[in-house]
Amino acid sequence: MDFPFLFNTTGQLLAAVPTTLLLFVESIAIGGVIALFVTWMRVSGVFVLDRIARAYILVFRGSPLLIQMFMIYYGLGQFQAIRNSIFWVALKHPFECAVLSLALCTGAYTAEIFRSGLIAVPEREVEAARSIGMSGFLLFRRIIAPVALRYALPAYSTELVLMVKSTSLASLVTVWEITGVAQRIMTQTYRTTEVFLCAAVIYLVINFILVRLLALLEWRLSGHQRRRRDSLPTDAALEGTPT
Amino acid sequence: MNDTPPPVALDVADIHKSFGNTEVLKGISLTAHEGDVVSILGASGSGKSTLLRCINLLEIPDKGEIVVAGERIRMREGRHGRQPEDRKQVDRIRSELAMVFQSFNLWSHMTVLQNLIEGPVHVLKRDRREAIGEAEMLLEKVGLADRKDYYPAHLSGGQQQRAAIARALAMNPKAMLFDEPTSALDPELVGEVLRVMRALAEEGRTMLVVTHEMGFARGVSNRVMFLHRGMVEAEGPPKELFANPPTERFRQFLAGHED
Repeated sequence: MDFPFLFNTTGQLLAAVPTTLLLFVESIAIGGVIALFVTWMRVSGVFVLDRIARAYILVFRGSPLLIQMFMIYYGLGQFQAIRNSIFWVALKHPFECAVLSLALCTGAYTAEIFRSGLIAVPEREVEAARSIGMSGFLLFRRIIAPVALRYALPAYSTELVLMVKSTSLASLVTVWEITGVAQRIMTQTYRTTEVFLCAAVIYLVINFILVRLLALLEWRLSGHQRRRRDSLPTDAALEGTPT
Repeated sequence: MNDTPPPVALDVADIHKSFGNTEVLKGISLTAHEGDVVSILGASGSGKSTLLRCINLLEIPDKGEIVVAGERIRMREGRHGRQPEDRKQVDRIRSELAMVFQSFNLWSHMTVLQNLIEGPVHVLKRDRREAIGEAEMLLEKVGLADRKDYYPAHLSGGQQQRAAIARALAMNPKAMLFDEPTSALDPELVGEVLRVMRALAEEGRTMLVVTHEMGFARGVSNRVMFLHRGMVEAEGPPKELFANPPTERFRQFLAGHED
């Protein structure tokens, strides 16, 4: 084992971690906003909005992310109109293009995850809220969103983990994140196994921390699904308690 | 007997409601004065739950008037049929008519106390600490003071329904609507819920109760309404009605519910 080499490689790769995390955080944030909009369109009951949302989901969930990224980075620049527009300020940078395509893609997946959470909200609880005079945004914020979020969280956690890994595709549009740097070291040293092993371990650690954080969040949001420490073991026993 | 009856809490006139081609309510009227406890009886499918749900507009009646504490709910003909004119008014009137559901419908992600203060704090915009104090008093009243930090899933059916009644009370409603509040309970748990409801009746709450509990209808309510196929078949004080059933169908219904 060539420890000095591993040490040196790991150091260079760690320097790229902020880029990877920034890709991840920005695309998740933008993708989340897109997903909220698309989910709202899907459940709005307005035919045209629903169709547009479905088409969006079909396209961005159904085609490879790498091709989407290539089309945004290499494709959009072909059009004079886009090069002249204010969007070019962002779109001429590979980083912004990678964020945009990651966000558009995760937005499509996340919209469906959010919708599955919404569907799972018990109609009875919504009705109870209506019956005391809640409606509109208040109803959404206090009753629907917390319950839907809780139902959507396990699937959304998986999507987040996938997104951390998907940021590696940005290396192919010349963003120097972890995988991009690993590839550069590899072409200079031809030591494929060590370099990519180091890169894989770094992704693994990032995802491990992410999964633990999400598990903590899930635990905090599911008090009502755990058994109380002081509660009796069965329903029948509970019902027998004097009141 | 008083010469002047107490003010009208709830006035419902000529309610019609159809689902597709089925006419569920065919013109029902009902007036409840403050302090009235009206039991609404009827076989399943007679429209009694739909009537209750029409009163707080969980279902929109096709025709008819609803007046709560003197305020008429304004309706208009919209593109998709009849609709309330003012959503804000509907919200306000709903907050004055607390409903208790057959299957409790507590918010599962909130503790009992959180369930109780949700409406007062977020709908009525009351001070949180005040609301908590009041909620604790209400829980004391329904015998759940020691369960305030429990989630609904950790309570028995009877406890959940008592919590739901306390949640309704926390809104300080002008009238309470009970939709078969004991039908989803195991027989041995029915009593604890009925005791709470009887106590509410005794303190003068205005209550509309859809129920199959003949004991409650006979012993607690001061008026009974018997629905059949969307119409009022018999109505009156329980004593007279139970002693001399005015129609054959009501007599049969009572015979079927001997307890």
